[in-house]
Amino acid sequence: MAQTNEQNGEIRYLNPPAVEVRKKKYCRFKKAGIKYVDYKDPEFLKKFLNEQGKILPRRITGTSLKFQRKVAQAIKRARSLALLPYVTDLLK
Amino acid sequence: MIKQYETVFIATPVLSDAQMKEAVAKYVSLIKDNGGEVVYEEDWGLKQLAYPIQHKTSGFYYLIEFKADPQFVATLETQYHRDERIIRFITVALDKNAVAYAEKRRANKAAKEAAKAEAPAEAPAAEVEPEAKED
Repeated sequence: MAQTNEQNGEIRYLNPPAVEVRKKKYCRFKKAGIKYVDYKDPEFLKKFLNEQGKILPRRITGTSLKFQRKVAQAIKRARSLALLPYVTDLLK
Repeated sequence: MIKQYETVFIATPVLSDAQMKEAVAKYVSLIKDNGGEVVYEEDWGLKQLAYPIQHKTSGFYYLIEFKADPQFVATLETQYHRDERIIRFITVALDKNAVAYAEKRRANKAAKEAAKAEAPAEAPAAEVEPEAKED
């Protein structure tokens, strides 16, 4: 039996190997065709902040570099207008 | 050269409605007197601040979109600095994407307000419609 399996080019495992299927990250701005990130919309910008009000890295949000820069700029403007806090606990 | 800008300022919450209107009128006329053109104004009303500024926890927000010469921005900001009623301000130059976004935002807002106005008074709105079609 072992020989036939090898001939078929199959390797049998006792337990099915755990293959982690990771969802591909994408840039939501490119996908939705958004060209301008508004600093006047704190609810939208909160998607790019963690609970302490820090800006999330690109590796987590999947934003492209071009838009990460714009998001960061918008968040900083919103902070200076007191639409978003500089530091906090339990944002969201 | 004329560029499009937008400015948001926060006025102290101690102002009365009339004082707030006066402050707004001052900046609108300042823009107009310096050869600028006010494109859009929006009153956000009294909002809670995300953190205290000058020991105040709320403020009146006001947005003005305008077209003006780049040199005017410095004048406007000096006026803001000198004005004790203004606790925070920001002036941003709008590029072509931002202008498009601002127009869309304005249209959305107008549509929302129209829908709100139409809902309680639906009967008169229905009467107006057929007339518009004939034209």
